[in-house]
Amino acid sequence: MGYTLDFSVVWHAMPALLWGCVGTLGLALAGMTLAMVIGVGGVAARDSTAAWLRAIVIGFVEIVRNTPFLVQIFFLFFALPLVGLKLNPTATAIIALGVNGGAYAIEIMRGGVQSIHKGQIEAGYALGLHKGQVFRFIVLKPALRAIYPSLTGQFIMLTLTSSICSAVSAYELTSVAQRIESDTFRSFEVYFSVTFLYLAISWLLMLGFAVISHRFFSYPTR
Amino acid sequence: MTPHFGLAEFGFLLRGLQWTVLLTLVAFAGGFTAGLAVALLRTCGHKGVEWITRIYIGIFQGTPLLLQLFVVYYGLALTGLKLDAFVAVAIGFTVNASAFLGEIWRGAIQAVPRGQTEAAMALGLHYSSRMRDIVLPQAIRISLPATIGYLVQLIKGTSLAAIVGFIELARAGQIVSNQTFQPLLVFGVVGAMYFILCWPLSWWGSRMEARLALASQR
Repeated sequence: MGYTLDFSVVWHAMPALLWGCVGTLGLALAGMTLAMVIGVGGVAARDSTAAWLRAIVIGFVEIVRNTPFLVQIFFLFFALPLVGLKLNPTATAIIALGVNGGAYAIEIMRGGVQSIHKGQIEAGYALGLHKGQVFRFIVLKPALRAIYPSLTGQFIMLTLTSSICSAVSAYELTSVAQRIESDTFRSFEVYFSVTFLYLAISWLLMLGFAVISHRFFSYPTR
Repeated sequence: MTPHFGLAEFGFLLRGLQWTVLLTLVAFAGGFTAGLAVALLRTCGHKGVEWITRIYIGIFQGTPLLLQLFVVYYGLALTGLKLDAFVAVAIGFTVNASAFLGEIWRGAIQAVPRGQTEAAMALGLHYSSRMRDIVLPQAIRISLPATIGYLVQLIKGTSLAAIVGFIELARAGQIVSNQTFQPLLVFGVVGAMYFILCWPLSWWGSRMEARLALASQR
């Protein structure tokens, strides 16, 4: 009962798989954007004076970080229509990724804001900088620089997590792979190759993040 | 007629929870052993071996856990061995854990001050004694918060066994949800069960991290 590996099916399906990669990247980038928005809003609410608002943010972060993404996406899949949001699976997946990534982003960003000493802001004013300049050069840029490695690491995790969105049949690489697998029955060959496509996506993102870091966050040397 | 979510359904979820816990324990035990080997190879000082383990870790950190499970699951099926679904997914999670724990402990071993190793060498201790008696006991302390953090990741990760069809908590939730048509209630309960499992661990981990940070300030 010899089984011969046959990767030609993967080769024939390559155009579809590459479109799947595009789908995964789109899903991930949309999820990252939403996660950033939730992160910024969450940090503001987390440090607000209203105790109930702080409690909601803390509860949200703890619940999201201590339950599996698969359960979260199933829950949202059935909960969103109840609140009047009848969305297609891909839009649901973007919301699930954004909510999940947002909880982690809140924790990471909070650390960044706390890393700025009050004395530095006061020093900025003492040097005669405007409010906008103080925020841009003394708060925002150093804070972003401090959280950049953890935030981008989390974004790569988010991209890998997006494979789970195939469970609600969102359009991305894993669901494309599952369709090809059910057409060809070459499970191992398909998933083995797709794993390396994901590795390429991770590398591409790491490269992109490194370029952005070099361009915007390297210390001036002159 | 469709059953409502009652005691029988709750019991079914609890049995799923048992499988989740068992799967986590088996994978953590396996990953513990294999991860230690990965960490020791990664810091052994031999350039070639260090590169191979680095690539090994990089592949597992750069690809989705779900795909790793698929590859192991279908790869094992190709070898002609008739493996139980539990054994197959347990092997999948074990290899994943070996890479992640290996990387965590690599960092911890390298965080132990170099002087400790040098002092042990000056005392004439061999590699095994140096590691067992001097470096690893200190490294374990340093790595504990991250190790607990990975354990939480692992518990959550075992939910992906549901996608390859193994009936643990998440799959049990899907089944009950399909039977009762009460998805919000069922997945709410399933989520709560995961939370009860993970949250104390997360809390313990972050408390230990705070303590370690305090200790290193002194």
